[in-house]
Amino acid sequence: MKIIGISPHRRNFLRKAVAAAPAVVLLVGGASGVASAVSTGESAYKPTYFNDEEWAVLGALVDGLIPADAEGPGALEAGVHEFIDLQMKTPYAFGALWYMQAPFVASAEQFGYQFHMNPREMYRSALVGLNQAVQTKLGKSFPQLDPAQRDAVIGELEQGTLNIGEVPPKTFFAQLLQNTHEGYFCDPKHGGNKHMAAWKMIGFPGARADYMDWVLQYGKKYPLPPVSIA
Amino acid sequence: MADLKMKHVDAVIVGFGWTGAIMAKELTEAGLTVVALERGEYRDTYPDGAYPKTLDELTYLQRTKLFQDMSKSSFTFRHNIASTAVPYRQIGAFKPGEGVGGAGLHWSGQHWRVLPEELQLKTHYEQRYGKKFIPEGMTIQDFGVSYAELEPHFDFVEKVFGTSGIAYSVKGKVVGDGNFFEADRSDHYALPPQKVPYTASLFQKAAKEVGLHPFVEPSANASQPYTNPYGCQMGPCNFCGFCSGFACYNYSKASPNVNIMPALRQVANFELRPNSNVLRINLDSTKTRATGVTYINADGKTVEQTADLVISATFAYNNAHLFLLSGIGKPYDPVSGEGVVGRNIAYQMMSTVQMFFDLDKNTNPFIGSGGTGVAVDDYNGDHFDHGPLGFVGGSPAWCNPAGVKPISGIPVPHGTPAWGSGWKKAVKDNYVNTVSFDIHGANMVYRDCYVDLDPTYTDKFGQKLLRFTFDWKNNDIKMSRYVTDKMLNVARAMNPKSMNVSVKNFGDKLDLRNYQTTHWAGGTPMGTDRKTSALNRYLQSWDVHNVFAVGSSVFPVGIGYNPTGLATALTYWSAKAIREQYLKNPRPLVEA
Repeated sequence: MKIIGISPHRRNFLRKAVAAAPAVVLLVGGASGVASAVSTGESAYKPTYFNDEEWAVLGALVDGLIPADAEGPGALEAGVHEFIDLQMKTPYAFGALWYMQAPFVASAEQFGYQFHMNPREMYRSALVGLNQAVQTKLGKSFPQLDPAQRDAVIGELEQGTLNIGEVPPKTFFAQLLQNTHEGYFCDPKHGGNKHMAAWKMIGFPGARADYMDWVLQYGKKYPLPPVSIA
Repeated sequence: MADLKMKHVDAVIVGFGWTGAIMAKELTEAGLTVVALERGEYRDTYPDGAYPKTLDELTYLQRTKLFQDMSKSSFTFRHNIASTAVPYRQIGAFKPGEGVGGAGLHWSGQHWRVLPEELQLKTHYEQRYGKKFIPEGMTIQDFGVSYAELEPHFDFVEKVFGTSGIAYSVKGKVVGDGNFFEADRSDHYALPPQKVPYTASLFQKAAKEVGLHPFVEPSANASQPYTNPYGCQMGPCNFCGFCSGFACYNYSKASPNVNIMPALRQVANFELRPNSNVLRINLDSTKTRATGVTYINADGKTVEQTADLVISATFAYNNAHLFLLSGIGKPYDPVSGEGVVGRNIAYQMMSTVQMFFDLDKNTNPFIGSGGTGVAVDDYNGDHFDHGPLGFVGGSPAWCNPAGVKPISGIPVPHGTPAWGSGWKKAVKDNYVNTVSFDIHGANMVYRDCYVDLDPTYTDKFGQKLLRFTFDWKNNDIKMSRYVTDKMLNVARAMNPKSMNVSVKNFGDKLDLRNYQTTHWAGGTPMGTDRKTSALNRYLQSWDVHNVFAVGSSVFPVGIGYNPTGLATALTYWSAKAIREQYLKNPRPLVEA
């Protein structure tokens, strides 16, 4: 039986987040123990868009959305937070792939995104807004909360009941969850899905993309590990 | 005033997707000098589909690499005529194309004909069920062209596309276990049917068990090496799983770039100009004749291109946009019911059944091909008695394993949390153990569902966006719920552990967030009566006789199948009329 624990990589991240933001004391909840998947040969990632406070909150959020456990890698091991930071340099984060002409009118949810901020602006506003809301309510910063408390806060974000400032909480939650899934399952070329561990967990062969010999092998387990385009 | 004036040509084509490419081929064969203007960039298998770079779900699907550049132009939407429309800001429910090849470069390859009764929907329903059967406000009408007239064109399109499939009946004789409901054909498909992936085989077996008539879908993903009538070559599809939303690296999926461009490159009387955004079709002072088009080129210069013939070959609704911006035809007014441009917009109504199996099922959903699978037509069109059911329309259903990729959504059982350990375990347990099928319904047309110009929002060039006024109607929801309920018999025969059924409820509104289908139709409907159609039966503008429009915008009603097969066959039908009748004596081909 595998021991459910926190990987050295994730532990490293949390430790660095503490070091980078000295005012924040991280209480790492749950059993610490044997690493599950990832070795730590990699040099530490330094965010280029997010500042220390934002980075610590972002890391704790994605850790809550996809925690490390015996099933497979957590978001931090997969590099989801690093992926999101890298994405902030792309045209997407500047809103350049979207129709962003004003006026922005609040409308029924079926009409999709109608908020004026691009992803860069949204993250900047929402991460700090969320941390302030938690500080006010619980007297601690978000990364300081234990996992159960963090989950409760994420639940409020999802339900839209936590006021995080200018950004509607559900809008931020949808953006964060989408980017988290992207960072978890994308080709490692983009900085997420490190070591293709998330693909290995579900059995997705990545960019093999040639199943001429497999299409008629009904019900047989596909035997080859994934490949990346990186 | 234009910054530049280009040398006069015989014909200018606006848009270079499937229908623009077909028109370019037909008109250059007729000896005309032809210029095609494509708003997007140049694209081809290399480099846009090159292995392995193209196998990148994030770049192509999430970051919409081959789709319309929404920062330049979009659409607005509202649910009814009393409300204010807001922009479609991010690509969600539908994925319009842009660039050389248009949506034909990144489509799936489902290649269907049409049901003969859908071409004369109003006449058919009135004859079988009586005039009162058609609900108040439903504006269905006939195309004005028959299946017999289009059949040779369907046959030729299948040969151009290298379509793989199995016929049921050829020249009146039953020849194989193809679609029992398919209309008679003059010839077999271009290639033998595709291999059937595992999930589709499970669907096939179950559908047979419950007494339906499953068949292997016609697929424009080649089952064998192929050379088409234009001398363009295709390689056999290898089920790579990166089909819809991607350019095919293997030259297996039919596209204008693979199946027509290589032939057009050989002729001197054709020129393709990418990055050319057409603002309007120019008319002379009588407003009955077009003189050419005005467009913005890659340098931002305004360019005038004069031509004797103008073909509007843009994606679906964009033909209505161009007609409205150019003042061609009377704009439709939903209050009076008068006017023709913008009339009869239709979408499609989907429902989906996802079935979950044990951990060792190994359905391997990464193996797939966009146009391949097994379908049933028993509840499509009027293949079942609508009399006691009280709705118009039907749905084909298919299990079409197109390649499930992990970011865009791994099915998980209803009730699974959206995040946390529970979500993670569910995606792990279900990715290779799920089977899905879709019920892909027709959407009827209604008096208050239409397009016009938005009063507020503009595109990058300062032109008004196209505004959609659209919502679901009870007739269509009733149809979808009936067919979905019938198809659950197939799902139960597959004996899953559990299933998710997503079907519209009465009162559900059009939702633009999650992908549904890109198959919009209408806006410049064809027909036999100029009071209810913008184009005559040859796709010629009633008002400006040297303007023709091609694409699914010409459909006067929605259809059950994917529209590419019908849109392209109609393009050949129109091209034949231009070549054989119009060029000899330019005039309205139908007396109004």
